[in-house]
Amino acid sequence: MDMNRRQFFKVCAVGLGGSSMAALGMAPPDAFADQVRHFKLASTRETRNTCPYCSVGCGLIMYSQGDGGKNVTQEIIHIEGDADHPVNRGTLCPKGAGLLDFVHSPNRLHYPQIREPGSNEWKRLEWDDALERIAKLVKADRDANFIERNEQGQTVNRWLTTGFLAASASSNESGYLTHKVVRSLGILGFDNQARV
Amino acid sequence: MTNHWVDIKNADLVLIIGGNAAEAHPCGFKWVTEAKAHNKARLIVVDPRFTRSASVADYYAPIRTGTDIAFLGGLINYLISEDKIQHEYVSNYTDAAFIVDDAYGFEDGLFNGYDADKRAYTQKATWSYAKGEDGFTRVDPTLQDPRCVFQLMKRHYSRYTAELVSSICGTPQEALLKVWAEIAETSAPGKAMTIMYALGWTQHTVGSQMIRTGAMVQLLLGNIGMPGGGMNALRGHSNIQGLTDLGLLSNLLPGYMTLAGDAEQDYAAYIAKRTSLPMRPGQLSYWQNYEKFHVSLMKAWYGKNATAENNWGYDWLPKLDIPGYDVLKVFDLMYQGKVNGYFCQGFNPIGSFPNKAKVGAALAKLKFLVVMDPLATDTSEFWRNVGDYNEVDTASIQTTVIRLPTTCFAEEDGSLVNSGRWLQWHWKAAEPPGQARTDIAIMAGLFHRLRELYTKEGGAYPAPILNLEWNYLRPDEPGPDELAREFSGKALADVSDPASGALLAKAGEQLAGFAQLRADGSTACGCWIFSGAWTQQGNQMARRDNADPYNMGQTNGWAWSWPANRRILYNRASADLSGQPWDPLKKRLVWWNGKVWTGTDVPDIKPDSPPEAGMNPFIMNPEGVARFFAVDKMAEGPFPEHYEPFETPIGRNPLHPDQPQATSNPAARVFKNDMEVFGTADEFPYAATTYRLTEHFHFWTKHCRLAAITQPEQFVEIGEVLGKELGIKAGDRVKVSSNRGFIKAVAVVTKRLKPLTVDGKTVHQVGIPIHWGFSGVAKNGYITNTLTPFVGDGNTQTPEFKSFLVNVEKV
Amino acid sequence: MATQDIIARSATTTPMPSVRQVGEVAKLIDTSKCIGCKACQVACSEWNDLRDEVGSNVGVYDNPRDLTADSWTLMRFAEHENPAGNLEWLIRKDGCMHCAEPGCLAACPSPGAIVKYANGIVDFNQDHCIGCGYCITGCPFDIPRISQKDHKAYKCTLCSDRVAVGLEPACVKTCPTGAIVFGSKEDMIEHADGRIKDLKERGFEQAGLYDPAGVGGTHVMYVLHHADQPELYSGLPSDPSISPLVGLWKGVSKPLALLAMGATVLLGFFHYVRVGPNRVEEDLEPVVHEVDPSVHEVEPKKP
Repeated sequence: MDMNRRQFFKVCAVGLGGSSMAALGMAPPDAFADQVRHFKLASTRETRNTCPYCSVGCGLIMYSQGDGGKNVTQEIIHIEGDADHPVNRGTLCPKGAGLLDFVHSPNRLHYPQIREPGSNEWKRLEWDDALERIAKLVKADRDANFIERNEQGQTVNRWLTTGFLAASASSNESGYLTHKVVRSLGILGFDNQARV
Repeated sequence: MTNHWVDIKNADLVLIIGGNAAEAHPCGFKWVTEAKAHNKARLIVVDPRFTRSASVADYYAPIRTGTDIAFLGGLINYLISEDKIQHEYVSNYTDAAFIVDDAYGFEDGLFNGYDADKRAYTQKATWSYAKGEDGFTRVDPTLQDPRCVFQLMKRHYSRYTAELVSSICGTPQEALLKVWAEIAETSAPGKAMTIMYALGWTQHTVGSQMIRTGAMVQLLLGNIGMPGGGMNALRGHSNIQGLTDLGLLSNLLPGYMTLAGDAEQDYAAYIAKRTSLPMRPGQLSYWQNYEKFHVSLMKAWYGKNATAENNWGYDWLPKLDIPGYDVLKVFDLMYQGKVNGYFCQGFNPIGSFPNKAKVGAALAKLKFLVVMDPLATDTSEFWRNVGDYNEVDTASIQTTVIRLPTTCFAEEDGSLVNSGRWLQWHWKAAEPPGQARTDIAIMAGLFHRLRELYTKEGGAYPAPILNLEWNYLRPDEPGPDELAREFSGKALADVSDPASGALLAKAGEQLAGFAQLRADGSTACGCWIFSGAWTQQGNQMARRDNADPYNMGQTNGWAWSWPANRRILYNRASADLSGQPWDPLKKRLVWWNGKVWTGTDVPDIKPDSPPEAGMNPFIMNPEGVARFFAVDKMAEGPFPEHYEPFETPIGRNPLHPDQPQATSNPAARVFKNDMEVFGTADEFPYAATTYRLTEHFHFWTKHCRLAAITQPEQFVEIGEVLGKELGIKAGDRVKVSSNRGFIKAVAVVTKRLKPLTVDGKTVHQVGIPIHWGFSGVAKNGYITNTLTPFVGDGNTQTPEFKSFLVNVEKV
Repeated sequence: MATQDIIARSATTTPMPSVRQVGEVAKLIDTSKCIGCKACQVACSEWNDLRDEVGSNVGVYDNPRDLTADSWTLMRFAEHENPAGNLEWLIRKDGCMHCAEPGCLAACPSPGAIVKYANGIVDFNQDHCIGCGYCITGCPFDIPRISQKDHKAYKCTLCSDRVAVGLEPACVKTCPTGAIVFGSKEDMIEHADGRIKDLKERGFEQAGLYDPAGVGGTHVMYVLHHADQPELYSGLPSDPSISPLVGLWKGVSKPLALLAMGATVLLGFFHYVRVGPNRVEEDLEPVVHEVDPSVHEVEPKKP
């Protein structure tokens, strides 16, 4: 047995510490039946979703606390892969496995905010004020710069001084509605993440 | 993807090139490991870096970034000269036999008709097939005519010898030949190789042509339409496929329809131009139905206001004076002070676009910027001074920025399209934090206010705003189900079968699919390729039957795949001329049963057209076959040619050393102010490439603690040899600079990046992940795109993030 | 799992219940399928509600740099150039091996702080843990870590809470490539056989199973391409065995210590009365794995 003096004392000291506590009657009670952690999903609500990150489109099950009753606010406490899903078969990559921290990121936005010209801070806005202010900015620019006819007199009905960059992780439904609205305004500076 | 994720399990050989599936798409990559484990498949990875995909490959070959066309061009040369092609497939399912117009030519790196001042080809009409007296394209089924596509292709790539390719790519000749030989084995009928690529191909100035070269290889091998084959774009974001399908790009309308140009003032001519007639007898040429798709779209958008009399609202659609206002174009205009307002919906351009200095300066010239996002993005705070990370003069930035909180995936219903074209429905599990709203509610709220202002005050051309159909139960927040029904399509009047007169759909009913669309205004459909996603039977995207009765991995009852729930595109090509699968045991996809086409997938052919009728598998092409010769569709020419990245470490194109116009893509658009800040190898000697890591997703997960723990801090990867030369050890801080700026990061010094011998010189490559920025819970870092050049692919304008020049110094 | 499932218990000599017949489980980690994506790391922390510190990059892919009380598993990356001159990136998921003869349990002086279940899971009960760190000395794989927050030992539980209700561990569920699989130990050995055959066909002649006999076999096993050289995988021991220190504690030091105990208590009492409480700096070398603050001097959140 290869052991130096210092190690020997260390062993004895630890042995002593453990033994003495037990021998002095400080041993913890023997209630070891409960030591496996309670299964935390026992009565959670399951909701099916799709991972919002990459284009593999893995199936998710989101587990939320609360039974959906009137007096409860559902809180997502765990997300894992959907074993029924033909592609991911329950698996998730590191990003997907950590989705809970996206849902609950400290950097989620909670309220509309405005940063005024030259300012170094955000100010909170009410939704109505925010949307009205945007609508006015949009209309002023469109009215000033909309091109109905080009130099050759051709009907072109375009608006080039405002652009729109669409999400590529939002749903088809919001993408479809976004396209419908943006084209009705005559915007051509319109792209999504597929471009890059 | 022509195929889909699970289908990769049917591959005999997997080639990962221009992508890094193990890191960027780990759960999809599982089907590679399944193919290896259960189909004895082999995996080959070709990449500038020895990636995590390479770590589980059977063979890895290094390549210099940006030289994939040379690699694949050499492979085409090898396949043809070694006669390793799928003859029956090539002769019948491709344009190999088509005769090309006499005017087409190629000399010293340039195709005919190049205008150097315009940086464009001006005689693209001559890049076409020769027409016969019958009005159809001439063909030579023997493939011997010197002007047939096969012979022209053979001659074009005969220059790509293993020796020359090796000197361009830096891949040792022995490695080239090993990879090529293994790939060549899949030319046997019934054997299939899949090509998995992603942004490692798209993000080059010749990205589209890299993809074409890959597709040409697959056609020579007979691998398109095959289970376990195909050209599989792994794609990026969760709904990047859907947003592209829905046409959210400058020049598109939903379903890959296109906006008109200024000159297209006549509606009938606009439709006629897009209604491709068959170029060979008996072909389907499905775009003949363009008008049905277009009119149905306009009925979905403008309802009863779109009429035959007003050309279904043709004037309400904006017309293009240039090919498109892509983001590089728009940010260049913004940089010039010509853009006043900008919306960023779930997008972080200051991190995602090249040359951060230019993007930041451009944003500072806006009057207003509206950001809709679940997270506090860097872009929304582009005005905040964060020292070296974002050195700006806040007070001088006069942009009003409004930031709107949106829901995330967990807090809304809706569908996403994965890269296998599956539309999958998802459900809301919880309320969003604070007052966050859905993008749908925001767009509806904004539209309403605008419509109200235009109604009250009038203004510039209000017609398209006032006429827009907005018949939703809750106008301020249309239901995702209502919108899905709208893009899937419904009958506005009774729709009947023109042949039998049988009633197909009653007025008001959902349509079964795009075959029921009409050009007379009796149907409305917001996106024809999605037609059938929500039928009279309900939401097909929410289906959850994962049964796979043939064990082919097609799971046709799971969700819904466009088009027409078809899982593998061009699947008619998986069967031989007589309509039987090339491999009747392991690769059974579709077959002719004597009466109709049937199979384990929805056949991609007119269901009642017998094989002897000769209708070919590529029904979207007027040729009916796949194109080796791209006719006039590509900016750079009908056959892909290797051009150097705009920032090249060798300064010349070894294929055309004496023709400077052919050094880099002659047809790529370059703005003057960007041309001025390209760097050269004397000052910036190392070839750099940027990429994602498996631990992070773009600029989102730096806001997520769990992801930040696994990759906390910005780093760059350099090879051991270069590290030794520069005195840099793992863990040292280094400064990486391009002609546009610098970043500082920790050095990861690795054996996984080896110096390559290129054109007689030693070229070192430097790897730079993208994920850090000046907001988040991960450690702050520099925006990697400070370094990248502001120039895009000649066709798509996707920036050249993957190949540029840098210098590296120890800090 | 409950009383009747526990078949061994630290510092306890009374016989354990042994009537219940439960099959042994095992987790098999196939290094040849592992892509080092760290999904298992994240899933482990997510399931177990752990959030480690956001650390630094020290020039390698391994993050966090080492196991901690808040990181129970992590990927270790090793770049190996084989004799043919080809590079291999050998990536190994590190964490508790759930030994059949657990050194930690043998070494633990606190009754019931470490238990072994009939299915093979070795679990720590922090209620009973006294934070002595002796489990670390006893572990041939250097796995347990003492928390700086509560001075108790932590490590992988093999998701005993999930296994108890019939689920697989979180790392197994999430593994994208199927490099981690879970089932009965028997089935896992059979699964490994198939993998080894495949690897041999692909040229890895020394492929094999890592189930070391020195600790009685493990309930976490590896398929290695180079089973003849486990050290290539970031120092996986080729022949692990329980530290000689543990044998000494069980054989010699325990009775000695018990004898000395009374005197110590007495002395201690007098010392306390005369001098006051005595703080001795812990120098038990492997006990607390500290994060080196000098590695990264930039304070990221300050502009």
